[in-house]
Order: sequence, then C-alpha cells, then structure tokens
Amino acid sequence: MAQSGREIKRRIASITSTQQITRAMEMIAATKLRQAQEQVFSTRPYFQRLKTSLSAVLSAAEKGGEDLAENVRPRRGPRYCLLVITSDRGLAGGYNVRILRQAEIFLKENPATDMVIVGRKARDYFRSRNQTFLAEFVNLGDDPTLRQGQQIGQVIYDFYLHGLFDRISILSAKFINSITHPVELRTVLPLAERQKERPEESGLEPLFLYEPSINAVLAAILPLYINAAVFQSLVEAKASEFGARMTAMRSATDNAGELIEELNLTYHRARQAVITKEIAEIVGGADALKA
Amino acid sequence: MSTFQLEVLTHERTVILTDVEYVGLPGKNGRFGVLKGHIPIMAALKLGILEFGSYRGKRRKIALSGGFAQMQGNKLVVMANTAELAEEIDVLRAQRAKERAERRLSEKKDDLDFARAQTALRKAILRLEIADGE
Repeated sequence: MAQSGREIKRRIASITSTQQITRAMEMIAATKLRQAQEQVFSTRPYFQRLKTSLSAVLSAAEKGGEDLAENVRPRRGPRYCLLVITSDRGLAGGYNVRILRQAEIFLKENPATDMVIVGRKARDYFRSRNQTFLAEFVNLGDDPTLRQGQQIGQVIYDFYLHGLFDRISILSAKFINSITHPVELRTVLPLAERQKERPEESGLEPLFLYEPSINAVLAAILPLYINAAVFQSLVEAKASEFGARMTAMRSATDNAGELIEELNLTYHRARQAVITKEIAEIVGGADALKA
Repeated sequence: MSTFQLEVLTHERTVILTDVEYVGLPGKNGRFGVLKGHIPIMAALKLGILEFGSYRGKRRKIALSGGFAQMQGNKLVVMANTAELAEEIDVLRAQRAKERAERRLSEKKDDLDFARAQTALRKAILRLEIADGE
C-alpha cells in the first residue's frame, strides 16, 4: 500500500464517475426494456394466428392433392437462408457473442447457407472473417418498426421466390424475461414437418373456399408470414438486448461499488498511518525537548 | 340485418374489432362482399379499399395493402401488412409519398425499383382517395 492518499482519491473519483455512467445506462435499459417487453407480448398472437392459417392452407392443399405453383410449394432442399439478428451496440454482456457462436456452429453444420445480417455486431464479425452474406441491415434504432420488419422480410421473400434457398431460419434471442433470453433457432420455412406429426385430428377443420385459388391465397399469406416472423424476431431480440444490457450494467455498477469500498478502506488506512506517524513524530520531538 | 364480427389486424395493432352487417373486400380477382353466414372462405386480397358497416346505410373505409381474409364461423379476420382507417390517414404524408413515388418513376432505374415505386404510388393514391371521402 505504497499509494499516496491523493492517488487513491483520484482513482475513487474516476471509478465513481464510471459507476454513475453504468448506473444511468442500467436505468435507461430498464425503461426501454419495459416498452420492448410490451411490444413482445402484444405482437405474439398475430404471428401465431398467421402461422396457424398458413399451416391450415398447406395441409388442405396436401389433403386435396393440390398441385401447388412452384414458388409457393414447400421445399425440401438443403439450402438455407439464415437471418442472424444481433445488436448494433455492445455493452450487453455476452448477448452478441452467444448468438455469433451459434451462427458459426450453424454454418459448419449447414455449408449451403446464405446469411442475411441484422445488427452491426454480426456484420463486423463476419466481415472480419471474410464471410459473405446476402444482405445486411444495420442501425435499426431502439424500437423496431413494422416497416423495418417488412423491408427485411421483403428482401428475404424476393430471394426465396428467385429460388436462392429452400429453407428460412432465424437465429436470434428469444425473450422470456429480463434475465432469460436464450438464443433460439426459429424455423420459418418449411412449416409442414410439424403438421405430419399431428395426424388426422381434423374433421373439425372447416372446408374453406379458396378465393381466387389456393395458390393465390398461399402467395398472399407467405410474404405476410415471413414479414411477421422477421418482425417478431426483431422485437424479441430488442427486448432481450435491453435485458442483457440492464443485467450487464447492473453488475458493472455493483463491481464499481465494491471497488470503491475497497479503495476507501485503503485510503483511510493510509490516512490513519500518516496521522499515527505524525503523532509519533510529535511525541518523539516533545520527548527529545524534555530530555 | 343480422351482424357478424370483423377484425382487421396488422402485426402492430388491432385496427378494428367490431360487429358489422356487411364487409366489402378487394379480392385478387375483383371486389366481393361478405354477409353473415358466408361459407368459410380464405381469400387473397390486393391493395384496395375495405368497406364495412351496415348493408344499406353508412360504411367506413380502410386502406388495405393486400393481405388475406378468413371467414370462419361468425367472424371475418383480415390480416395485412398495413391497414389504416380513413380518418387516421395523414393526407400530407400521403401527398408527399405520392410525389416521391412519381419522382422515382420518372427517373429510370432497374426493374425492381420501378415495381416498388409503382406500388408506393398506388398506395399513396389509394390513401388520398379514401381520406378524400372523409
């Protein structure tokens, strides 16, 4: 503890100001989390309903032995489109790293994958590894808009229609609560696999009239469904990001607090040592005078 | 006349949930109407106007960007990328969108841009048309 009192004081001041920043960031993240969380819960039912409608149409087509048009027919090929969603900014603990690690694993397992990237973190990561991707979307801001979801969805759907890939998956954080947001691989297309596990429960399903045709209805639902899947994932990813940032900033604030406490202790010890020494000197001096 | 339920949804919100006697929809192959007791139907919609209200009397309008409609039981659900009630439409914004689209159409770029600009223009014109009726 050879540090001088002044030096320790300076460190305490610097850590205190860092702590103020992390505390402010924690509070900002907490506020934004609240908004994002509401959005997550209010948007989930719509996506679920679209999914139900789409699988109803697909299973009706299958049962009716419908000859579906090339572009809307469920595909079984091995080529993937992987939409990777990360954040633009860091300071969110392991949030982005976990997603990127999963992405690497996915790429290794499925070599025929084209990526679409959301977020600066993923873009910079893959760029520095000379990994190519189909499209990138960065600087989406703090609250995802329907419009952004539709733009990204539109791009993916266009590629899909042009036959660039057979399957669409989304890799992003799924929001459960502010501390739990596991990385989830969401399969957007093909849908049908789950359908087959659930055998003829029907008879309850009404026979729909498809207007003008089952192909046209599928062509109307598919883009809506893809947009919805993208938007839903954006919303969940954003809420998870704020959750992760809030947690990361809280522990940073706590750590700063501990550090400050320790330094305070050291500071006071040093100060006391100085006083004790001075007293000893004075006493020593007085004794010397007396003698 | 007897009523059924109409629900118009976008991913962000429920645009409207109400009991109606009649709904007019912009089907892919032309407009059609839905009354209570319609057989279950799934219909592809195109960009256009959704009308709803009483069969003979007053109706309200929604600008719809395509999507699809599903009638099941006593409920008609319409899902679309965007849907705006006539009174919600921001005329100034629509006007600006129209001008922007027209400008883009007059510049000659590749096909995809052209198709997008055309859709944007059609949307803007539709919104202006509906807002005008208010």
